[in-house]
Amino acid sequence: MKFGVVVFPGSNCDRDMYDALACDMQQDVTMLWHKEKDLSKFSKEDCIVLPGGFSYGDYLRCGAIARFSPMMQSVIDFANDGGKVFGVCNGFQILCESHLLPGALLRNAHQQFVSKNIFITDDTNNVFKIPIAHGEGRFFADENTLDELAANGQILYKYCDEKGRITDASNPNGAMRNIAGVCNVNRNVFGMMPHPERATSKGLGNIDGRIIIQNLFMAEQLMK
Amino acid sequence: MEITKKTAEELRLTAEEFELIKQKLGRTPNFNELCAFSGMWSEHCSYKNSIKWLKTLPREGGRMLVKAGEENAGLMDIGNGLGVVFKIESHNHPSAIEPFQGAATGVGGIHRDIFTMGARPIAALNSLRFGNLDEDKTQHLLAGVVHGIGHYGNCFGVATVGGEIYFDECYHSNPLVNAMSVGIVKVGETVSATAKGIGNPVMYVGSATGKDGIGGASFASANITEESVQDLPAVQVGDPFQEKKLLEACLEVIQTGAIVGMQDMGAAGIICSTAEMSAKGEAGMHIDLEKVPTRQKNLKAWELLLSESQERMLMVVEKGREEEVKKIFDKWDLPVAVIGKVTDDGLLNFYLNGELEASLPAYELVLGGGAPQYEREFSKPEYLAEINKFNPSSIPVPEDLKEVAEKIIQLPSIASKKWIFHQYDSMVGTNNTSTNAPSDAAVVLIKGTSKALAVTTDCNSRYVFADPYKGTMMAVSEAARNIVCSGGQPLGVTNCLNFGNPYNTEVYYQFVNAIKGMGEACTKFNTPVTGGNVSFYNQNPDGPVFPTPTIGMVGLLENIENKMTLDFKESGDVIYLLGQSNDDINSSQYLNKLQGVKFSPAPSFDLEEEFLLQQKLAELISKKIVESAHDVSEGGLFVTLCESGFNRELGFAIETKATIRKDAYLFGEGQSRVVVTVKADSIEAFENTIEELPHERIGIVTGGEILVDEEFWENIDWWKEKYDNAIKNYLAKEESSAALVSI
Repeated sequence: MKFGVVVFPGSNCDRDMYDALACDMQQDVTMLWHKEKDLSKFSKEDCIVLPGGFSYGDYLRCGAIARFSPMMQSVIDFANDGGKVFGVCNGFQILCESHLLPGALLRNAHQQFVSKNIFITDDTNNVFKIPIAHGEGRFFADENTLDELAANGQILYKYCDEKGRITDASNPNGAMRNIAGVCNVNRNVFGMMPHPERATSKGLGNIDGRIIIQNLFMAEQLMK
Repeated sequence: MEITKKTAEELRLTAEEFELIKQKLGRTPNFNELCAFSGMWSEHCSYKNSIKWLKTLPREGGRMLVKAGEENAGLMDIGNGLGVVFKIESHNHPSAIEPFQGAATGVGGIHRDIFTMGARPIAALNSLRFGNLDEDKTQHLLAGVVHGIGHYGNCFGVATVGGEIYFDECYHSNPLVNAMSVGIVKVGETVSATAKGIGNPVMYVGSATGKDGIGGASFASANITEESVQDLPAVQVGDPFQEKKLLEACLEVIQTGAIVGMQDMGAAGIICSTAEMSAKGEAGMHIDLEKVPTRQKNLKAWELLLSESQERMLMVVEKGREEEVKKIFDKWDLPVAVIGKVTDDGLLNFYLNGELEASLPAYELVLGGGAPQYEREFSKPEYLAEINKFNPSSIPVPEDLKEVAEKIIQLPSIASKKWIFHQYDSMVGTNNTSTNAPSDAAVVLIKGTSKALAVTTDCNSRYVFADPYKGTMMAVSEAARNIVCSGGQPLGVTNCLNFGNPYNTEVYYQFVNAIKGMGEACTKFNTPVTGGNVSFYNQNPDGPVFPTPTIGMVGLLENIENKMTLDFKESGDVIYLLGQSNDDINSSQYLNKLQGVKFSPAPSFDLEEEFLLQQKLAELISKKIVESAHDVSEGGLFVTLCESGFNRELGFAIETKATIRKDAYLFGEGQSRVVVTVKADSIEAFENTIEELPHERIGIVTGGEILVDEEFWENIDWWKEKYDNAIKNYLAKEESSAALVSI
């Protein structure tokens, strides 16, 4: 499979994502400019990544302007055709704004930007240490949507403590039901606030992010 | 309008300077020209009251690739065909009246200094000083400054990797905001701030020009008074999104090879960049000001010349390659315009709609050219006599030292700065190793190599106040010590010299002696001063701030494998104190904040001992004999031990020394000391390596309990809770109002 990383003006985790995928995980990665539209080189097996950062300066609302960029029109079509799309942090915000993922990301409950290592858990109770860095990461959806997400197994990750306990104290931004990442019903569009690409290099002393990326895109069980 | 001495004085030029300008021009300047001199001859741009002394610092040698002051920032060789570019700069005055924008644009400005040389910034640090944290004003300033730094740095996308914050009442009206940026560039791909090649086009790129920041340079060159708030238009407004695009576009355009010279437009805007580039290239410029992209109509010539609108660059481009350059800025949706051309007469001729508005010899405007250089008088401050009167035996050793320790660990200058640094993205760029594994200096990977940089900012201004000469040596030494504790070798220094009014002879005494001490220490460590910034007038009607010569230092780890961390690793490891423990409570946080003593001498310090300590420590680390290294600084030995214990929640059992008063042993701040831990089976190797360096075995690492002379002092988590939450508790009021908003 190949990865394509979209570069919006204001993206600032695009190069980190490239380094994680290409250097740390030996994947085939292409950078994609937001003013272009061509995704013809990518098939359903491939993945388009929307990286973190402050696309278009986060003006108006995080991700609200990026949604209308030329490349995003192609990404939306690509996703609707079943292609894999992965958004991290600002990328997750863009996916919600594009309605490729349910819910919205609101200003953190404590009203401050927060950057630190946190823990997340998946539905098999694995615990990962992954960095977060965001001001607007509080996942929000109405109760019905949240129930549906849970019923469909669309909640990818929840914030938890070191031991995997899902508690209020381990929720860094006030996200509803501690949600850190979700996917769509068809399981081809994925979004999360934590930055797995910041945890793939031995030099930084944390490679939990490799497992996240492997589980999402390279493991059979999630391709159901 | 008639231009007189009064006009000059209103523009913060002196009567003598006005005479000098008339003499240099051979005529009376018009208003635009006078404004240009006002900006360029301001303290901020001309260094007129400091340059004489700055020149006495070691400014070349080592791995330096450009001499100090020649370019926008220092440049040093780090091997692998790479150079490190770094600089620190103050944004004190704007932050005092508009903390959010003041701090934000300080961050933006320093990053621009780095990428204007062609380097990609990879790490940011900041050194902050505020008044007492229980004051509402301090809380307001702190919240605004931290928000501003985070807002700009996080969006721009460079990790904030380190820094320091102190709280002292002397900074109540004059907070200090010093921002440092560190970047990497390929040697040979740097860009110089020069104008060359007659007829080459002068291009303006970046944000459009508005009225913000007009007179900022001269505003920063005056005391802060109650009227300062009326200078609000002198504060700039930042847009990190524009700067991020500007960074990428500039680095891309440099690759074309079409750029002859480039300089960011910071203080004194267009006039400063045109003058400095022209003077450096021994050229002149013809500029058509109406071609400058603007945010509003009908800007006057002097406004265009002096505006400090942010996120702008001036470039000289090879003639005929304008389109190639323009294409790249169009790609990034940034305004770009040819606004003039390089000429050969050394004159800056500014036209507005065909009318000549100002005609000035570039050389006469700039530092190193016609800008005045003053020798200022200085006299020994009277307070120094007060300092020498202090007698430590007037302070009885408190009975309950655990209670003292509990207070010390919660002092805002000592307690965890988590509330602050969690608002800064410390991991973007995926090269900062210190979030996951902290060291005394931040250790930042140089991608594509096995090397890393160790970076730090340091200055305990209370020591400098007590002894400007030795105190500044201590600041340099602490920076070097932090780098050595992290496994690095110190390379070079950038300084940010924050002082009061230079026309006050006692303030100038502090400045002169600080420079002398800095020069001596930098020579000893072979860390030349590559550049920096002087900020005078950090003064208000109550007096000046403590002299605060902040040292930004960069070190190199030839291999990341040599990195050393500060935390205890395992219960049972033996704890050693390297260096001399001494009977010294001078200028400690303990003496000042708990005992209320304002005047006491600087703590004991000897440059030779310090140097030997660092040599030995570097050897111990490279031989892999020690498990952790953490230097003893504010709060003394007890705080150092706690800080080493927090990360893995390990405790310690130590014995104090009968010959030293116990409060001095635990909380004294005598310099040149480092706590290391050693595995039992490495003790022999340790003793063999350490040789004649003074050292003491002080105890062992425990599973969590803290024992001082066999007395149980609670567990490490008890201390950690206090250490972690102290600042948050001070700010509880603001926190609860923020929580209300979120509901």
